[in-house]
Amino acid sequence: MARNLLQRALRISFRSGIVFSVTALPVCTVRAEDAPTSARIEHGRYLAVAGDCLACHTATGGQPFAGGLDLKTPFGIITTSNITSDKETGIGNWTFQQFENAVRHGKGPNGHLYPAMPYTAYSQISDPDIADLWEYIRTLPPVNHKVESNKLPFPYNIRSLLVFWNLLFFNDSAFVADASKSEEINRGAYLVNGLEHCGTCHTPKNVFGGDTKKTFQGASLQGWYAPDLTNNAHTGLGHWTEDDIVTYLRSGTNRYTAASGPMTEAIVNSTQHLTDADLRAIAAYFKSLPPRTVSPPQPLPASNEQVKAGQQEFVVECSACHRSNGKGISNMIPDLQNNPAINALNSDSLLNIVLKGTEGPATHANPTGAAMPSFGWKLQDAQIANVLTYVRNSWGNAAPAISAADVSKARTALNAQPAVPR
Amino acid sequence: MHYKRPKADVVIVGLGWSGSTMAEELTRAGLNVVAIERGAWRETSTSFPTTRNPDELSGSIRKEILQAPVTETYTVRNKPEETALPLRKYHNLTLGNNVGGAGTHWAGASWRWQPFDHQPYSHVMKRYGPKQLVDGLILQDWGVTYDDLEPFYDRFEKIAGTSGTAGVINGVKQPGGNPFEGSRQSPYPTPALARTRANILFADAATRLGYTPFPVPSAMIGAPYTNALGINLAPCTYCGYCQLYGCGNWSKSSPNICILPVLMQRSNFTVVTESEVVRINTSSDKKTATGVTFVDSDGNTGEQPADIVIVATFTLDNTRLLLLSGISTPYDVSSGQGVVGRAFTFQTLSWAFMFFENEYLNPFMNTGALATQIDDFNGDNFDHTGLGFIGGAGIQSLCNQGLPIGMSGLVPEGSPKWGKGWKQAFQKSYQNYAQIQGQGTSFAHREQFMDLDPTYKDRFGQPLLRITYNYNENDRRSGQFIRDKCVEIAKEMGARDVTGVSLADQPYSGYTPWDSSHVQGGVVMGEDPKTSVQNRYQQNWDIPNLFVIGASSFPNNAGYNPTVAVGATTLWTAKAIKELYLKNPGPLVRL
Repeated sequence: MARNLLQRALRISFRSGIVFSVTALPVCTVRAEDAPTSARIEHGRYLAVAGDCLACHTATGGQPFAGGLDLKTPFGIITTSNITSDKETGIGNWTFQQFENAVRHGKGPNGHLYPAMPYTAYSQISDPDIADLWEYIRTLPPVNHKVESNKLPFPYNIRSLLVFWNLLFFNDSAFVADASKSEEINRGAYLVNGLEHCGTCHTPKNVFGGDTKKTFQGASLQGWYAPDLTNNAHTGLGHWTEDDIVTYLRSGTNRYTAASGPMTEAIVNSTQHLTDADLRAIAAYFKSLPPRTVSPPQPLPASNEQVKAGQQEFVVECSACHRSNGKGISNMIPDLQNNPAINALNSDSLLNIVLKGTEGPATHANPTGAAMPSFGWKLQDAQIANVLTYVRNSWGNAAPAISAADVSKARTALNAQPAVPR
Repeated sequence: MHYKRPKADVVIVGLGWSGSTMAEELTRAGLNVVAIERGAWRETSTSFPTTRNPDELSGSIRKEILQAPVTETYTVRNKPEETALPLRKYHNLTLGNNVGGAGTHWAGASWRWQPFDHQPYSHVMKRYGPKQLVDGLILQDWGVTYDDLEPFYDRFEKIAGTSGTAGVINGVKQPGGNPFEGSRQSPYPTPALARTRANILFADAATRLGYTPFPVPSAMIGAPYTNALGINLAPCTYCGYCQLYGCGNWSKSSPNICILPVLMQRSNFTVVTESEVVRINTSSDKKTATGVTFVDSDGNTGEQPADIVIVATFTLDNTRLLLLSGISTPYDVSSGQGVVGRAFTFQTLSWAFMFFENEYLNPFMNTGALATQIDDFNGDNFDHTGLGFIGGAGIQSLCNQGLPIGMSGLVPEGSPKWGKGWKQAFQKSYQNYAQIQGQGTSFAHREQFMDLDPTYKDRFGQPLLRITYNYNENDRRSGQFIRDKCVEIAKEMGARDVTGVSLADQPYSGYTPWDSSHVQGGVVMGEDPKTSVQNRYQQNWDIPNLFVIGASSFPNNAGYNPTVAVGATTLWTAKAIKELYLKNPGPLVRL
């Protein structure tokens, strides 16, 4: 479950006698006579996985659900809280009402929660589901771990200001099914907009961090670009079938691509554990959305100097894995042809992946975990700019050129290694 | 400090090919498995990234992936009356130093051994009788046949994604493959690698001489492949950095690529790294193994209790661990009695080195096991009547090297040693050098054995393993015979200068250039406790919950590389543990 976190911690420190094994979500033991409750707890555990509570409420290398992970927001650092049943440092003293208030309405016992906690999405959680989620959360073994959640600078450290934020950007209403759509699509909408909180990353935010109306059209955060999930064929999921979406969320890979960056964690921690019916519902919902209405730009011509220089870099540095035609290896190495992530206007993820590399998704369905190595140390800014510009304008792709200055800026922002002098 | 870990169902010592293959089988069966590995954790993408990996200086020259002799080594002598000395420099036994073992840096030749190789005694006695054996030769059957192992060979190939062209499927010969191979139930999982120019010249020459060339089965896979465990592999790019390198391209099958990603998803699997097992613990009556004792790299001593102990270290260290633990009877050369350390074999190599006049062989495009072979003179594929030996060799055009530093010494005799003249000679020879290897069988002899060295100790104060080995008369005769065949083909290929060598003509040394890294035996499996340590399931005759797996179980070496035979016998033993032993713990063979 927390394998990727664990491995990352272990990679950093190779000391003696290191023990490698998998940690799993705590599973409580319940007596047979409590069977109805046990089923509700198990359902609550499933909901916690769907909501991916673990990912944020666990520090790197820390105890599950004991909090302490720093979330870097545009407003400063927010540290996640301890939600284990510890009475002193966790939520062991909470009532169901307090829990419900926090998760669905963003109101904690000590005031408003920051919307880094996606209560804006969790407000959609149904009454039975929030009750079952509580049944599970209260079984988490206590971990005494004090966390100071609010390290924000003034004025963002004033929680009461969130009253106004909520008024503007929080639609505190329960999920309402769309009667014109199938039950499956409605189930998908419930999961996507609620527990899975996809829009938290994939919907562009305004300057106050509130959702814009450009739902799922792609957004930039923490050095990554969460791509367009609409059915736009150039930048979104237009070419993907429902099966492609299910395979991707189940295994982290499909015939076109492999997950990278924060999405890898979302798949490893959450979506790979969803039932097939829920994954199908999510896929059906996304395929029911209208495409984003932007037409692709004209690709740069092959005679473009950056494209020409980038082709040389591609042959030397990239073609061994992505193959000479950019087609990659199905379910392993991304296909660079007609790839919406490549065509995205925003190049944050591409720069991040090339400069720093990215871990591969290792899931039960596809344990391979083939990663992209870092090229930051090996390639100069201009080389990276050229090769990305080439890839973004070859094999049917079309996207704006990337300049050496863009790469340099990203290198600094991402704290990537400097290139070895040539 | 001394600590004790919680008891496991199974402890596996060493996490290379055999250990990880066994761990996958037993964790899938639901057992709680702890593996203890002396090397460090290594992961394909991050430890061997393609951006950094092709570095000849760190790989081939500094041998950074190997365990250094200063950490642990062996002593060697040629005859029982000599004093053995330690191998203090990097030697031909290329030991792994990480999770994945030597399976991470191996060259990747992926052979099923022939039916003959598993039952050499029966075959030789039936075809030639006892007079075919030179004095002192030890020849015995394994207790398990090729037909017994075929399903496990098949399974292991599908874990590794082995590339090749089948020669015999369900008894029917196939075009392009090895007509002498044991019958297979299915083709190779991925297609054979492309041939180099040298391979093509060899294949054409061999065909003209009436032999049957075929591609050597390889761990460098020929096409994208999803293995039996659901892991994806990418096709080989012929970068040439294979032997002494990990493959970051997911193209060379290894434990790190093919098995460990699955194991790391299982909550009933744990690996303890950088910890060396120093002893197998037994009950006071020596009838039960109780676990193992290890030393971690902080110098603390740990104990791992377990119901089943599986030893899967390097071949020689399997023998050493039994000797250090006082398990089973050590071999005594003077009486010929005892079993641990007995039936030790190596490999008998012959070569033809050649230079062409005006070829363009482009050796830079290669892989670790890129070769075209004939098996017409391997095993018992030809009539040995009147030849005075048994066995033979796989004769192959091997294109496993094209790296510039390694090739720099390969200039014809009489070339200038430095300056412009040397540069010109090297430029020419780089494109004109080729080699034919005869990878020969090796049979055990009563004066080839292993025991504990009386003088030299390791960093824990335990005796080093002592190897007493020299080629026997059978090796010398077969080596010369094969050398002449290599030369015959080299000349037919049109080479200008051809030099033939049989390494068995010189005394054995751990440092001989062009020599093999393959050693077998010492803890052999068999049918008789007087001549074997373990029964046909690699289960110790005396201690039924102890299984020692790997090439240490093989009482003879084939004219092949041993890895796939190790994989098959490991899977065979895993099945016996799961389906026979767990239901009824105790000896699986009763005499």
